Amino acid sequence: MKRIVPIGPYHPLQEEPEFFKLIVEGEKVVDLEINIGYNHRGHEFISQTLTWDQVPFLVERICGICSDSHPYAYVLAVEDIAHITAPPRAQYIRTIIGELERIHSHYLWLGLAGHFIGYNTVWMWVWRYREPLLDLFELIMGNRNHYAINKIGGARRDILPEDYPKIREYLDLLEKKNAMFTNAILDDPVIRGRLENVGVLTKEDAIAYAVTGPTARGSGYACDVRKDDPYDAYDKVDWDEIVFEEGDVLAKAKVRLIECNESIKIVRQCLKNMPEGPIETRVDEIPSGEGIGRHEAPRGEVFHYVRSDGSNMPVRHKVRAPSYMNIASNVIAVKGYSIADAALVLAAVDPCYCCTDRTFVYENGKKKYSGQDLLKLSWEKTEKIKRRYKK
Amino acid sequence: MNIVRILFSYIIFPGFIFSAVVGLFLTWIDRKVTARIHWRVGPPWFQPYADFLKLLLKETIIPEGSSKTLFFLGPLLGLVGMSILAVMLFSMNFYPAGSFVGDIIVIIYLLALPPIGIIIGGSASKNPLASVGASREMTQYFAYELPFLIVLATIILKAGGSIKFGDIVLAQQVQGPFLYSISGVIAAVVILLCVQAKLSFVPFDIPEAEQEIMAGPYIEYSGVALAIYKVTRAMMLFLLPLFLISILWGGFADWWAIPKFLLIIVLIVLMKNTNPRLRIDQALKFFWVGLGILSIIGLVLAFYGL
Repeated sequence: MKRIVPIGPYHPLQEEPEFFKLIVEGEKVVDLEINIGYNHRGHEFISQTLTWDQVPFLVERICGICSDSHPYAYVLAVEDIAHITAPPRAQYIRTIIGELERIHSHYLWLGLAGHFIGYNTVWMWVWRYREPLLDLFELIMGNRNHYAINKIGGARRDILPEDYPKIREYLDLLEKKNAMFTNAILDDPVIRGRLENVGVLTKEDAIAYAVTGPTARGSGYACDVRKDDPYDAYDKVDWDEIVFEEGDVLAKAKVRLIECNESIKIVRQCLKNMPEGPIETRVDEIPSGEGIGRHEAPRGEVFHYVRSDGSNMPVRHKVRAPSYMNIASNVIAVKGYSIADAALVLAAVDPCYCCTDRTFVYENGKKKYSGQDLLKLSWEKTEKIKRRYKK
Repeated sequence: MNIVRILFSYIIFPGFIFSAVVGLFLTWIDRKVTARIHWRVGPPWFQPYADFLKLLLKETIIPEGSSKTLFFLGPLLGLVGMSILAVMLFSMNFYPAGSFVGDIIVIIYLLALPPIGIIIGGSASKNPLASVGASREMTQYFAYELPFLIVLATIILKAGGSIKFGDIVLAQQVQGPFLYSISGVIAAVVILLCVQAKLSFVPFDIPEAEQEIMAGPYIEYSGVALAIYKVTRAMMLFLLPLFLISILWGGFADWWAIPKFLLIIVLIVLMKNTNPRLRIDQALKFFWVGLGILSIIGLVLAFYGL
């Protein structure tokens, strides 16, 4: 007998609303339906109503966890239009923040993964060592999250030389603790029993579903924008791309854990070789044209496309976040495993739903509203609400 | 006069109220120790009582179309079972002579009442997650009951084949606790893991896995009914270690029982915090193959008097 076990839209498994309909027979999952769209906020449209320099503050609010990735990719895209390169010091600063963010995001995932297998001690311990990193962000940029470090043509803030030792001190602590977590997690037979050979995504499926980031690298598919298309300081430092062949949840966890070590390596080298000089170039106007920006976010490749007509705001801004690609692969990865595994597999791609949501209205297989119609509907709704509250 | 005394023992001491109060306090110890392991502060001591009172004042919602009788029978069954168990444990330990033939079998059935209550309540909830949880509870019950019964057989064998609970306690007072022998240690390891599963603590909190099936059988419960479930769980946290001490560690009629009791509680809480949750098939394999074989070895050793 087939039954439906809903995961979402509101479920303890996920922090954000998204709907996974597990179709189960007993405990076994036979099919999965994914229903996105509970968290749509219309960022692409809002971005087309803001000036070039306002957009980074908007796009960094697309995602609360990888809030450096979106402005990073946007800034790279606009620099691509205007044919400018950031000064070397700014490039290094952006790389450092990008990598520190990767560590904090991977640690956030690791803690949540511990929570999802019912191991709350791992959750609390991992987050305990993530906490100093957030303090470090506050020290460098004044904010625990939403760092606002990226600016077209450079960086908004400098990392002061007196802050270097504090960053190094944290990296030393983290290196030790990361080794501890790696050993503790890989040596625990019960954890291995839960993660090994669960939610296997083969390399073929990974390529067919165009997954990115640790999800792809855990399946043996080497794709990393930092290696394939290096930007900023990534080709000036020495680091390795982490790839595991197995494709199960354990492989994804291993990729993330070991990637933290690589991030530590990158940040250390950046701090050592940090060039002196200005942190921004003057940008007078953005010429008409189009450009793309790619950044390897903690979850995979973030892709921004921006078109300019020479005015002071973008005429088209397209965002593609990695979770949008990764979540779709769950349909393959979850089939044939139990409900207990499904919860884990769904979380293993490190989903970020607020990056993912798009809106389409379909009726009888036909698209019902165009983008403009949806806008009109939303304006009408706003007017209605305003009128209701005026009374 | 007699009826008053019986009512007093079932409702106030050592029955419902006493074991509920102590049990809720133990859940505070559990929460506090867990919090300290997690580098958190943890709740104040009166938190479980406040939670319980709050639940009593909340509205009880009955899901539409579910059987009202079964929906409330679920929580009550466990509570009644645990209240009777409390009275039996205390009377057998302090007046072993008052034991009747076969009372250990009665205790086995009383210990089965909370899981049966959860299965009934979960199935009556008309919720897919609750029914998944109920079916997991059923599987888990059958999983841990096999090694549990073999261990009880070991203990009956060690007590000279008597199925009177009082005789088990008396035998230990004469020849020393059963724990101090190879088969006794094996029995203790097996039964401690079974107790962990009976309490539905990690790694065996499979029926109510909040990240997978959102508290499973309890999902539709609210208000008084949920409070009864919670207090039953708290009473089990009090009574199961006591049961362990009485069958393996010489009974709890002396002051040494308190450190023994606390040690068992600490072991349970540590096990809870150093393990991830198992999958139901892994748990079944663990209990039937791993612990099953171990408990049979214990039984054979006990047969040869080791």
